[in-house]
Amino acid sequence: MNPFGFLRYHLNVNLLGKSFLRLDRMRLSRRMRRTGFWRDEHLSPPLLTSPRLKELISSHYLKGRYANGHCPVAWVTSGGPVEFLVALGYYVLYPENHGAVCGIRRSAEDLCILAEGHGYSRDICSYARTDFGAMLGGKTPVGRLPRPDLLLCCSNICQTVLLWYRVLAHHFKVPLILVETPFLYRDALPHQVEYVKHQLEAGVEQAERVAGRTLAPSALDRVARLSKEASLSWAEIMACGKQRPAPITAFDEFIHMAPIVEMRGEQFTVDYYRAMLAELSGRIERGVGALANEKKRILWDNLPIWYRMRRLSRLLAERGVAMVASTYTNAWGELAEMMDSSRPLESAARVYLHPILNRGTGHKLETIKTMAKEYQADGIILHSDRSCKPYSVGQMDQREKLAGEMGLPALLLEADHNDPRVYSDEQAENRLEAFMEVLGV
Amino acid sequence: MSSGEVSALGIDVGSTTFKLVAVDTQGSMLWHILEPSQPRLEEQARRVLQEASAKAGRELDEGSIVATGYGRNLVPAGRRVTEITCHARGVFAATGHGGTLVDIGGQDSKVIVIGSDGRVTNFVMNDKCAAGTGRFLEVAATRLELDLDELGRVALESEEEVSISSTCTVFAESEIVSQIARGHPIEQIVRGLVRSLTRRVAALARSAGISEPVMLSGGVARNPAVREFLAQELGRPVELPEHPQLMGAYGAALLAQAEK
Repeated sequence: MNPFGFLRYHLNVNLLGKSFLRLDRMRLSRRMRRTGFWRDEHLSPPLLTSPRLKELISSHYLKGRYANGHCPVAWVTSGGPVEFLVALGYYVLYPENHGAVCGIRRSAEDLCILAEGHGYSRDICSYARTDFGAMLGGKTPVGRLPRPDLLLCCSNICQTVLLWYRVLAHHFKVPLILVETPFLYRDALPHQVEYVKHQLEAGVEQAERVAGRTLAPSALDRVARLSKEASLSWAEIMACGKQRPAPITAFDEFIHMAPIVEMRGEQFTVDYYRAMLAELSGRIERGVGALANEKKRILWDNLPIWYRMRRLSRLLAERGVAMVASTYTNAWGELAEMMDSSRPLESAARVYLHPILNRGTGHKLETIKTMAKEYQADGIILHSDRSCKPYSVGQMDQREKLAGEMGLPALLLEADHNDPRVYSDEQAENRLEAFMEVLGV
Repeated sequence: MSSGEVSALGIDVGSTTFKLVAVDTQGSMLWHILEPSQPRLEEQARRVLQEASAKAGRELDEGSIVATGYGRNLVPAGRRVTEITCHARGVFAATGHGGTLVDIGGQDSKVIVIGSDGRVTNFVMNDKCAAGTGRFLEVAATRLELDLDELGRVALESEEEVSISSTCTVFAESEIVSQIARGHPIEQIVRGLVRSLTRRVAALARSAGISEPVMLSGGVARNPAVREFLAQELGRPVELPEHPQLMGAYGAALLAQAEK
């Protein structure tokens, strides 16, 4: 930390930024409460907590913009064991979340093209290409990303991240902590947990060296506890989708999941999800659904199609089809019970071994079957994501089994989560319309 | 087809052909209009509907029309339904039973599993790649200077076939040229082309899960070699409705009739 960086950070983030973002949130909240604000006949108004989400995300990227010189910065994978970094005072950036922001704001395509111009193949994940584009100086909607002092890559989501983070390490010339998680065909064995725990211990030492400070056990306990509390609230929020009508759809969850991914271990994240949960409980009491007229309920498998969320959400809502849950958003809540803040490193090793993508396709099928029953789903859309092979592999068999054994209509929708060039509106929407006709709406 | 009073119309605006079918109150097909799809679809639809009104002897309101196919949003209709539902409805009415319907159109192919009650239980589509669609045969016919309708007959004239290894329509064209240069007879090349197409479609059908019997519709169904080879690839007979190319429009007309 240098004095200039310290002053610049506090002036821009705590003095100016905080006030501006608070005023902006209040302005948005007032607008949402005005009569006539919402005129959509198919979708209910956005949650009143939404302006707080905007404030949280904007504040997160604002802190990032001025982080260099104020605190150590780490870039991490979405399934990375981040708690010890937060406890050490790192500003943590998630390139995948930043990629999603670029996807929603339609700037991912230009960043991908920039990366491709530097020789990165179009067959590489579009999140990775979006990140490389940003790394190579492309424009991003968040203004400027902080330069990393450390990288943390965990192999529990895919193998692409191993090469992706080596590219980042080479470009930024910073150390890389690699956490390798053995693939699980059943629950993790003790030696597998031990293996990951050893890597985390080595990772802590490296992160301490880079940060120039020692990890205080009390700080780690606090972050691990907050991480668990936020994950439990997130799981409760998703469970609200089991109600009829569902007060929230998976499209809402895709947007509201940002804090649970990139701001775990913070008190404001816990507060935010508690407020959201209270609002959803109110909706349930009053019988208010996310759709004005819910006729059918479906599940979603895989990442969202970030650049077509609004259009797809409307297409389904117009026919009364509520997307009540997704395996993707579920992944950040389903392991909450496994977290044990009294044994933070061992617990982290166990938790970060068990994400859905680090387990066999049979496990995913069982997860979908359970969710289909619990959420009383009438069908499922399996997004075959060109950019996420680990998530998409097995979907053809899963579709056959869900349709055959459960009689659950299942649609395989080919797209890409961040690269609109491989998506065709006409073809995708034709499939979706045919699927809704099969559902009888 | 019988002559009776027109009760409803179905319009199937495909990527290659424009089909219109008229049905009576019993849902029987009365007559049809079939012509190549034109770039100005709205104009074409207006003209064909005028022709249909003249044939019907009265003006038909939009409530009596259901449109389907890729251009369905461009034609006047009371309701628009996807070709998946319409093909299933048409074939179920024409054959009287469910099963697996393979529809090979001009620029896509689809496999629709129809339940015993006529409802769609599953479907898969190929609309990403021209191989496995009518376009594949169109390109080949042009390159071989054959009429499209002749391809089936020519393919069945030979016992032997040349293997076409390319799965891409564009590259298959250059493969055809090299096979001709090597002196292979055209009949054997055509046979190889139809084999290549039916193999792809059979793989699509297997991915949907086949329920008996297998049926074939779409413009390509007029090619007798496609039906024969598809039966060989799937190891089971393939049934053909009387008007395979009109099943989408017929199904649309039945849906329009059912809503009256």
